[in-house]
Order: sequence, then structure tokens, then C-alpha cells
Amino acid sequence: MSTLPGPTPKKLGLVIDLDICVGCHACAVSCKEWNTGGYGAPLSDQDAYGGDPGGAWLNRIHSFEVEPDDGPAQIVHFPKSCLHCEDAPCVTVCPTGASFKRADDGIVLVDEDTCFGCGLCAWACPYGARELDRRAGVMKKCTLCVDRIYNDNIPEEDRVPACVRACPTGARYFGDLADPDSEASRVVQERGGFDLMPEQATKPVNKYLPPRPKDRPLREGPGDLAALAEPEARGFLGWLDRALERLG
Amino acid sequence: MHPAPSMIVFTVLTGLGLGMVALLGLGLGPDYGGTRWLASALALLIGAAGGAASLGHLAHPERAWRGFSQWRSSWLSREAWLFAATLALFALHAALWCLGDLRLRPLGWLVAALALATVYATSKIYHQLRAVPRWSVPPTPALFLALSLAGGWIGVRMCQALAGQGGADGWLALALLAAGGVWIWWQTQAAGARLAAVGTDMGTATGLGRLSRIRLFEPPHLGHNYLLDEMAFRVGRRRAYQLRWLGAGLGLLLPLALVVLSWLLGGWLLVPALLGHVAGVLALRWLFFAEAEHTQALYYGRV
Repeated sequence: MSTLPGPTPKKLGLVIDLDICVGCHACAVSCKEWNTGGYGAPLSDQDAYGGDPGGAWLNRIHSFEVEPDDGPAQIVHFPKSCLHCEDAPCVTVCPTGASFKRADDGIVLVDEDTCFGCGLCAWACPYGARELDRRAGVMKKCTLCVDRIYNDNIPEEDRVPACVRACPTGARYFGDLADPDSEASRVVQERGGFDLMPEQATKPVNKYLPPRPKDRPLREGPGDLAALAEPEARGFLGWLDRALERLG
Repeated sequence: MHPAPSMIVFTVLTGLGLGMVALLGLGLGPDYGGTRWLASALALLIGAAGGAASLGHLAHPERAWRGFSQWRSSWLSREAWLFAATLALFALHAALWCLGDLRLRPLGWLVAALALATVYATSKIYHQLRAVPRWSVPPTPALFLALSLAGGWIGVRMCQALAGQGGADGWLALALLAAGGVWIWWQTQAAGARLAAVGTDMGTATGLGRLSRIRLFEPPHLGHNYLLDEMAFRVGRRRAYQLRWLGAGLGLLLPLALVVLSWLLGGWLLVPALLGHVAGVLALRWLFFAEAEHTQALYYGRV
């Protein structure tokens, strides 16, 4: 059904901490690994070992350089996947009913047996969260690892999305963003979590936490870096070094 | 946006065919002789050929029937229903008209309303996409309808002329002028609807713009992907200016000139007029896709 269910009792989603992410791509690799064998058709690659490789991924890490007016530039690694929007435009445009938002937990999914691969949902998504699988001819997107989070056959600590489980730095939170007491909601509250492109009025469930400002901005150049790397002199040379330093 | 040939051929041909259907339904053209056969057959043929082209855009054309299911929310689904209903009822109308010598006016009006509603539904598929500001400008439905009616008008008058039952009149020239006016209206609105102008940029896409200046440091990967192929199309924008005037010239100005000339030299000039119109609208529709920026491209620094 490609009508939206309205407010859902649970809003499962991710919170991504841009302050912590180091851009290792472990979440993207883990996502591809799990989802190529999980829900739906495998995530195919084309010309994987050739000169022009391409393929379907559900999570990709972009890296940006931001430069505040009053400090040095910094790199922000920016993982991006489906935001499981409350007002998901990808769902309502679907002509076949393959694209749907679950009424109980708000996860946006594609029924691959119904999808005919017209690509309109990928056009409707402002974020680039949907990719057509070139081999299966159906739309692929983040499932929030729906086949892990409710899976009683795997250890309890694995019942989170593969990207969250893989992140070595703890930059990804998974939880119910409708519950104000969940860890995910609390970090959003404490750190000023924000929406991507609020002007698109999609009401994303996933939130992003801003990078903290650098606490020790470099006001001046560091001087002679080569000298700092020299080994400390001892004995006679050490006395000479200190004597020369006293001379100024 | 990637200008997929299937989408361009589909929208241009169904636009033309449905324009003819609408005008024939409203009663344009004489009610006797060869015009009936020629105009009805051509409208059905062009419309059906356009409909067939749309299947080329589907990765699973064998599941096309599923596209009828979501008329409550999806403009694409509504378009499918309206298109099928229009062609079916027009075929009935044409059969009664050509074989039964009966031009059922109320049925014709219904067919005309359905045909225009189909073109409107097609335009809404693009118009509804907020992520593509160039398409979501107010005159997009008007542009599709105006080009459809202008093409249909040339088509019906051409059939009349070929059947030796009249030809171009002042109304056709006026229709072309009106379509030109709507096109200029759309063009001025679209020119002001670049992503930057509507307040969406890399800063709002990442939420980092309020902190500082931002630029892409590294894309996620060096290869291509579906999103870049589909949403970050940039080939040919350099030649947009030339192509735009070529499209407007062939699609609207040349037919207008040929319409005027046909009053002196004969109605057969409406054949090159229609061919020129189709070629020009194909060029304009190609630009409609190729020039459209999608918000997704901001994440790849490709706007």
C-alpha cells in the first residue's frame, strides 16, 4: 500500500554522530555484506573487478570539508542511508504498492515481488537513499536490518542493524525515536540532533549529531616541526643544548 | 536528471496522440469522409505507440499491470488508469463514428476530458517531485497540456488536409502562439528554480551549512552508481541554449510559418509542420530532463 500510515507508535531509526565518525566505511561494508544475503535479492555489482565498477549499496559514506569563520577547516565523514521519513515521498509515488511504510515501527520497505523497477521512488527521494539493483531490476534500500532486529535466532547483541554492530567508534545509535527516554532520543536532545533538508518537509526519523567545535583551535603556526621530532640530547650534547637555549 | 529515451518518446507521443483524441472528442474536424478514418487511426496509433514506449522504462515490464493498483496515492497509477480508459473509450467512439456513422457527442466530451486528465496526470508525475525544483514550478502541468493540444491541433488539421476536407485555420495559428506563450512562461519560471535559488544546497543537505562553509572532500567511491547515472546527469547542458532555440524553432515557430504558408500553397504543408513539431518537442522534452537538477546530486558535489 503506497498510502502513508500516519504517525506510527514506534519510530525506529538511526542517530549518526558526525563528531565521532572516522570514515572507515565499516558500516557500509557490513551493510553490503549482511544485505546481499538477507532480505530480498542480492545486492549486485557490475564489472566489480573491471575498469568501471558499480553496484547497489544501501549506505554510503561521503566526506566533506567544513571551514568555520573562526577556526581551522575540519573533515566531516558523513554516512548516509534511508532516513525512514514520516512523510516519505518515495512511498506515495509508488504505482504498484511495492513501496510501503510499516504502521507499527515506521520502517520503509520495498516488496521486491511487486516492484516493477520504474525508479519513480528514487526520483522522489531527496536524499539518494534508493538504488535500483541492475541485475534484479528492483529497488533496493535500507531495511533497518528488519531481518536482524527482530531475529530471535541470533544473539541478543546482534539484534541491531549491521551498520550499528560494525561501527568501531560508536558513532551510530539505533533506537525508537518516538520514545523520549530511548538512548537515541536522549543523544538527539543533548547534542542538538538535526534533520537533513528540513525544507523538503519529509520529516526524517534518522537524525544527525553535529561535530563539536575544536577545543584547541590552532591560532598560530606550530613553529619548527622538524626540531620537535629530533631525539632528546643527553650528556655533553644535552648540556650544550641547554646552554645554547639560554643564549636565546 | 537522466533523459531516458523511453520517457521522452512516451511523454511526447502520448501527449500528441491524446491531444488529437481530446480535440476529436470535442468535435474538431469535419464529420464526414476520410478525416474520420485518418484522424481516428492516427490518434490511436500515436497514443498506443507512446504507451508501448513507457514499458521500456520498466525493469520488469511483465509486472506492468501492478501499476494500476495505487490510484489512491500515486499519480503514475492514476495516469495508467486514465490512459487505458481514454484509449478504450476513444476506440469505441472511433468505431461508432467510422463504422456506425454516429458521432456520439457526450461520449466524445467524456473522451476529451479523460484525454486531458491523462496528460495532466503525466505532468503531475514530474510536478509533484519537490526534490527536482525545475519540475515543481507551477506552470509544468500547463506546459504539458499546451504542447499536447498544439500538437493535437496540427495533427487533426493535417488529417483533414490530407483527406481533402479543409486544413489550417486561424485557430491553429492561435493555438501554436498560445503554446509558445505557455512555454515561455514555464521557461522563465524554470530558469529561476535552480537548487541554489530555492534554498537547498550542500549546507542544508548535510545540515553542516549553519556551522561553516562546506565543500565535498571525497565522494563515497570513485566509480559510477545508479544515483549518479540517474540523478546527476550533466551531459549536454553546455549546449542547452542552442538546443532550446532549436526545439522552440522546430516545435512551434516552423509549424506556425508552415500554417501561414499552407493558406497559399496547400494543406500538405501541415505534414512537415507536424514532423517539425514532434522533432522540436522531443528536443524540448530532452532538455526538460537533462537540465533538471536533483537534490541528491548535492551529496556528490555535482550541481
